[in-house]
Amino acid sequence: MDRIVDRVRRYRSDEESTSDAPLATDGGHRTGGLDLGPEFVQALPFWLPAGLLVALFVYGAIGWNFLVSLTDWSGLQASYWPLDFGMYTRFFERVFAQSGDHALSWLPAPLADLFGRLLTGPIEYWSFRNTIVLLIVFTVLTLIVGLLLAILIDQQIRFENTFRTIYLLPMSLSFVVTAVFWQWMYNPRYGIINSALETVGLDFFAVDWIGAAQFKLLAVIIALTWQFSGYGMVVYLAGLRAIPNDQFEAARVDGAGTIKMYLRVIIPQLRAATLSAAVVLMVFALKAFDFLYVIFGSRPGPGADILSVMMYRTAFDTSQFAYGAAIATILFVLALGVIMPYLYIQYQRGDL
Amino acid sequence: MSTSDRTIVERATTVPRKRIGLYAVLLAMVVLYLLPLETGLFTAFKTQSAFQTTIPVLPPIGNQFTIGPWGQALDRLWPALGYSVAFVVPATAFSALFGSLAAYGLTITKWRGQIVVMLIFVAGIFIPYQAVLVPLTRFWTGIVDIRGLLGPEGSLVALTITHIAYGIPICTLLFRGHFKGLDQSMFEAARLDGATIRTIYRRIAFPLAIPMFAVTLIYQFTNIWNDLLFALVLVRGEYEVVTMALQSFTGSMVGQYNLLMAGAFITALPTIAVYVLFGKQFAEGVSGGGA
Repeated sequence: MDRIVDRVRRYRSDEESTSDAPLATDGGHRTGGLDLGPEFVQALPFWLPAGLLVALFVYGAIGWNFLVSLTDWSGLQASYWPLDFGMYTRFFERVFAQSGDHALSWLPAPLADLFGRLLTGPIEYWSFRNTIVLLIVFTVLTLIVGLLLAILIDQQIRFENTFRTIYLLPMSLSFVVTAVFWQWMYNPRYGIINSALETVGLDFFAVDWIGAAQFKLLAVIIALTWQFSGYGMVVYLAGLRAIPNDQFEAARVDGAGTIKMYLRVIIPQLRAATLSAAVVLMVFALKAFDFLYVIFGSRPGPGADILSVMMYRTAFDTSQFAYGAAIATILFVLALGVIMPYLYIQYQRGDL
Repeated sequence: MSTSDRTIVERATTVPRKRIGLYAVLLAMVVLYLLPLETGLFTAFKTQSAFQTTIPVLPPIGNQFTIGPWGQALDRLWPALGYSVAFVVPATAFSALFGSLAAYGLTITKWRGQIVVMLIFVAGIFIPYQAVLVPLTRFWTGIVDIRGLLGPEGSLVALTITHIAYGIPICTLLFRGHFKGLDQSMFEAARLDGATIRTIYRRIAFPLAIPMFAVTLIYQFTNIWNDLLFALVLVRGEYEVVTMALQSFTGSMVGQYNLLMAGAFITALPTIAVYVLFGKQFAEGVSGGGA
């Protein structure tokens, strides 16, 4: 890792010294001013067409979406007047309106939900809450499972490729496809999960996984973890392989047990892998849409509604385009909150 | 027996047991990972009454076996498969091509400020599609009335161009990683020989990037084939692509799990085939996409 960074640095400083432009460096990095030298002009045809497409469809669209979110546009005809933050205040008022006056409210919220607390209150509250729960629980679970798989695979096993291929297979499938499979897995009467639970006498746990409000989100998280842990494995495996062998050896010679060695020596070195995998998983969790839409349609209800589904429903089922756009902007800001620190760290390390 | 002797003896006996345990865990995970696919596959070959009375993990036996669901699902999904191929192939090819060109222009050439442009490209990977859906639908009806211009097939053209634009950031990042890993002295030598940026791309960068094209094309093919959200908001009416068709199929065949499983496999077949044939490249794309 350090070697690569070093090489990049050297390459960069070469670049700067051979460039005939005046050097303006900022802590070792080149700054934003454009150098209109001959190479700039020659490079333009290569990146500009792609850049224009991205500028128009990605950034232009984000700006336009923000503009729409400031209007009161609902129904077919767009109207761009008056502009205000009404949609945002409406959203957050409802998010924080949850009073908590329910039976069982003395329990911590997740437990109370599990024991059948009525999921009442504005859907904004539940969407927001479920989005955050999905983001955290899904990311942590997927990282843990991915790390375990990577460590197992890294034990110089036979058929390593076959195992790896199987664990990564779900990643290559469409969410529409995996949603159809999991609908069958979770079927309360004929599905394999409840059949298995009943066979081993755990009838109590044979619940209606995707029908009962309090289990829906859990069911989604389990299925998505199944689909994404292969990604975690690939990232961690690359991280493990980058750790020099002598570190494993040294830890073994010291007489440390395997588990201790991993906890103390190896896992702390996987910080970079964890960071980049976590960012990708969190951003994914924010936009997870296809899977929920196929299982629950556009109305998952308070048990599993998330902002990305709510945005789609608000804008395209009920034609409240301004409100939908506001929810989209909130999602975008959440994603920015995840990726900006990450890109900044990458940039500082020279890894970009 | 001294303590060190004892640990040696212990190791000698525990190591094979540990290996057996390791393989047992690995195999148990294999079962878990394949279970949804395996039950799905068996269910797709069962008759309606059979899948309701048998355990999903067991294969169909005797008169439980039927290939009927595959025929019915294929009938339903056949046109959609064609539309998917028709838009996924150009969208994949052009996003990879644009990505390679952009990465070249932003990595190998020498001008200041390219890091900032690169940052803007890379940030595009992480944008939630929801943040652009409303403008996209407005753009493809109000500003460029694609269906008015090209007829109903216009939906697919709009979908193709949209996927190209959203594929560019990840393709650019993948190619940039590749170009950065190449030996830079090659480019220096070509430059000293007076080669233009364009010649260097054609003669050196492009041929060297061919393995990366394989990675990018496979990754993008899978991504675009699997997408549902853009298709839902951009495609109207008869040109529904395969993910949409499977989604509406689930809505109309509630409870007919043998049909649904067959439909799911038919939808997934192209990506499974690509994955089985090019698993290594897919894994490389997946891990590069996260970096």
